[in-house]
Amino acid sequence: MKLITAIIKPFKLEDVKGALEGKGITGLTVSEASGFGRQRGHTEVYRGAEYTVDLVPKVRVEVLVDDENADTVVEAIVGAAQTGRIGDGKVWVIPVDSVVRVRTGERGSEAI
Amino acid sequence: MQSALDTGNTAWVLTSAAMVLLMIPGLAFFYGGMVRTKSVLNMLMMVMGSLFVVGILWVAFGYTVAFGTDTGSGLIGSITENAWLTNLMADAPDAALPAMAFVAFQAMFACITVGLIAGAIADRTKFSAWLIFSALWATIVYFPVAHWVWAAGGWIFKLGVIDFAGGTAVHINAGAAGLALAIVIGRRVGWKKNPMRPHNLTLVMIGAGLLWFGWFGFNAGSALAANNAASVVFVNTFVATCAAGIGWLVVEKIRDGHATSLGAASGIVAGLVAITPACSALSPIGSIILGALAGVVCALAVGLKYKLGYDDSLDVVGVHLVGGLVGTLAIGFLATDLAPAGVNGLFYGGGLDQLGKQAIGAFAVLFYSLIVAGLLGLLLKYTIGIRITKDDEVAGIDLTEHAESAYELGESGGGGVFAGVGHAARAKMEVE
Repeated sequence: MKLITAIIKPFKLEDVKGALEGKGITGLTVSEASGFGRQRGHTEVYRGAEYTVDLVPKVRVEVLVDDENADTVVEAIVGAAQTGRIGDGKVWVIPVDSVVRVRTGERGSEAI
Repeated sequence: MQSALDTGNTAWVLTSAAMVLLMIPGLAFFYGGMVRTKSVLNMLMMVMGSLFVVGILWVAFGYTVAFGTDTGSGLIGSITENAWLTNLMADAPDAALPAMAFVAFQAMFACITVGLIAGAIADRTKFSAWLIFSALWATIVYFPVAHWVWAAGGWIFKLGVIDFAGGTAVHINAGAAGLALAIVIGRRVGWKKNPMRPHNLTLVMIGAGLLWFGWFGFNAGSALAANNAASVVFVNTFVATCAAGIGWLVVEKIRDGHATSLGAASGIVAGLVAITPACSALSPIGSIILGALAGVVCALAVGLKYKLGYDDSLDVVGVHLVGGLVGTLAIGFLATDLAPAGVNGLFYGGGLDQLGKQAIGAFAVLFYSLIVAGLLGLLLKYTIGIRITKDDEVAGIDLTEHAESAYELGESGGGGVFAGVGHAARAKMEVE
């Protein structure tokens, strides 16, 4: 099993959700995040004073999948989240030792 | 007996008083939107808290100190004459305007002037110390200065200084006090290093709108009659503010590349401040010139604090002190005897006479308020303490001084992953 984590632009969330549903994904977790990559931050000016805003708002999407689905899900996320402009985000995949569904106690792939 | 009461004038003065009261929550929103999420409630509380304190002091002795019969020096009114106002309740058949209507109108001026100071010391001031400062500063500075400027026996009034609605007594006075306190209290943790962006600019604009509305009561109400002077003042107040908004935005566009909503709201207030002393002395064209000048000068002046190193958090100095000076001194140049005040300034052939008087009035109030506010700040600093601890300031003054947080947006409490403090506080209370 794999945990796929995607950091994407907030306005791309709906597209990514749609793409994942198209791939038969039955659950995901979304949270607000903020950070920066190579784009760094941006500058805002209030009453003439410049503020450098390092942390840019992002959305973090987390999906648990079976090993064989990981590549197609990653491709679906990248395809949906891409604008080609700086700040599109990142997707990474890490192995997962075990998963338990709280309601039934099912384990492993059954619980995904 | 036939009553001399003028119902029209009385209605206008009472209405104006209520309009000036509305400026106080307006000011609270204007300031509150400019602070960070963690200190908006404290800002609202500072402005409303000083209203409570000064309102009672006004009735107790403020009115009589400001507008009681002069004690002979031109510095202060009789302290005992109208104490608690009991003697002003009886119907006076020969009065066109009931004394209590004037008391009510002027009460609001005292309250908002103290509230203006709060913006200079946002995010870090102990609430109890602020309330004590409000009482002391109103007593030692505002009430006597209102007497100097507006009472028939006051020395600045007798000098012939024109301050129709409070350029000196309200704005220079509050701005100078804000400067002194900002220096005594010191900079906020992280000032100049961390971004301290306004957290809600729509709230700032709502506040500016309420201030503009209420300011018609402030200025046009100061005619104390529903008459021609009030109407001229009304139009001058309106058009100067429009010009100041444009002035501020032009500076921003040229200097920073963008015209901002905070600049528009600030320009509104700068224009209102500058026209306040001058609204009875200028023509509408003069008011446009003054407003534009105030918008430009104040937009440049708000940057001074970064060069000089004092943390006047919400630019009370840059907007109120500088705007008040611009308006008060501009009368010396732009006054025309066609306006209700009937005086000519330098540009209308009146010479330097009026300008000299204006400068004396402006700087006398500036230095008196600056010095006394500084001393009061030091007194509080070395007795009960005037500032919250560094830890409390970083955690957020709303939570540490008032045990509240302003925004509860998310279902899990706290509105987003980085603003969970309200939730944490509530959980702690439930445990206890």
